[in-house]
Amino acid sequence: MKPAPFRYADPRSLAEALEVLATEEGAKVLAGGQSLLPLLSMRLAAPATLVDINRVPGLDRIEATGDGVRVGALVRHVRLLEDVVAARVQPLLARATANVAHPAIRNRGTTVGSIAHADPSGEMTSVLALTGGSVEVATPAGVATVGWEDLFVGPLETSLHGPAVVTAASFPALPDRSGTAFAEIARRKGDYAVCGAGVVVTLDADRRVERVRAAYVSVGLVPAVHDLTDAVAGQPVEKADWAAAGALARTLVDPDGDLHASADYRRLLVGVLTERTLARAAAEAAERTGA
Amino acid sequence: MTVPVDTERTITITVNGVPRRATVPVRRLLSDALRHDLGLTGTHVGCEHGVCGACTVVVDGAAVRSCLVLAVQADGAAVETVEGLAREDSGGGQVLHPVQEAFRECHALQCGFCTPGFLMTITAGLEARDPSAELTEEEVDELVGGNLCRCTGYANIRKAVHDAAAAMRDGA
Repeated sequence: MKPAPFRYADPRSLAEALEVLATEEGAKVLAGGQSLLPLLSMRLAAPATLVDINRVPGLDRIEATGDGVRVGALVRHVRLLEDVVAARVQPLLARATANVAHPAIRNRGTTVGSIAHADPSGEMTSVLALTGGSVEVATPAGVATVGWEDLFVGPLETSLHGPAVVTAASFPALPDRSGTAFAEIARRKGDYAVCGAGVVVTLDADRRVERVRAAYVSVGLVPAVHDLTDAVAGQPVEKADWAAAGALARTLVDPDGDLHASADYRRLLVGVLTERTLARAAAEAAERTGA
Repeated sequence: MTVPVDTERTITITVNGVPRRATVPVRRLLSDALRHDLGLTGTHVGCEHGVCGACTVVVDGAAVRSCLVLAVQADGAAVETVEGLAREDSGGGQVLHPVQEAFRECHALQCGFCTPGFLMTITAGLEARDPSAELTEEEVDELVGGNLCRCTGYANIRKAVHDAAAAMRDGA
């Protein structure tokens, strides 16, 4: 189908964008459009006005420091995927982004847009949660930082109301003695995940498991971080019982069933993917910890 | 209000090297603008929500789904479509692009509906990579995995990608 009629503005500054958002009733921000335009074409959404921020300067930067990676609202997935400095600071970014859709969609879709879209089957919402990240939100009152816990309200729903533009997302750096991994099961690589898992393993100085956290994709209505430490706490990294962590994860999640997978099958995948990714993340953590 | 808010716009898109003007409703998808407003029906429209890849074109050097871009967003951009792949030879005829030639040689198309999307995706992908580097199966799968073909199957399409990559390497 075709999108329902709407009005369109492509402001040349953030101030102009906020001005249109404040003046136009039922206005919505358009960035990469790779999630929004399908919703319009399927008539699942019909905003009165689209405010296209693609011509707003200054939103297309990736800034990676020792503290973390800040991704501007117009950074396309492909750029984050290929940014070697960002990948060094927080390896989850490239690992998760490699699972975001297909190359032609990664060329246009944005990391920040997929977070603002708040789709439970999106990868980057879970990565924002797992890394303890936040977004910057510009409103007529100024710029505020919103932590991931306060951002996601429900499927395709955030806590942001009124005229607001999410201008950046910040992902803290991978802590010392830590490793990460990300994996997904999809019916076709690049399609929406039936289930995905991202994990972070942190070791102590004696190479024993100190902390294990996981976040899932297409599981639950909003991103959540699950602490799996209890299943493996204090175990030497080489002998840690990752299957036990996977079993614990299965008891913590509450997935829904749909056309592609039952809730039970999703729970099974949570266990399998958790065990697999933890083994990889632990190997990386061990490497980063040294003997 | 200083920012124009429109329901219709006149846009200029450079399509296959030729600047083209059109006045379009702002809700017009780039895929429809190419087909309806500019008469370039080589770009095919399949699912119209970004799943099938049939409408893939190259915008400012990157392959994108033209059903997931508004025509007004392409104002000022350079767009390559399947009509621009073949080159004219000195005798006034046309020489197929190496990717098109490989598709013909490998029987990588049957009904041809998905073919323009595959050709543009593969051409952009191969042109963006170092031609001397070995093309792995994983790379090929990643390249064509986002486009749906429901009759030829992927074996011949993957073979065509390898052949085209070899031809582009040897020709470079």
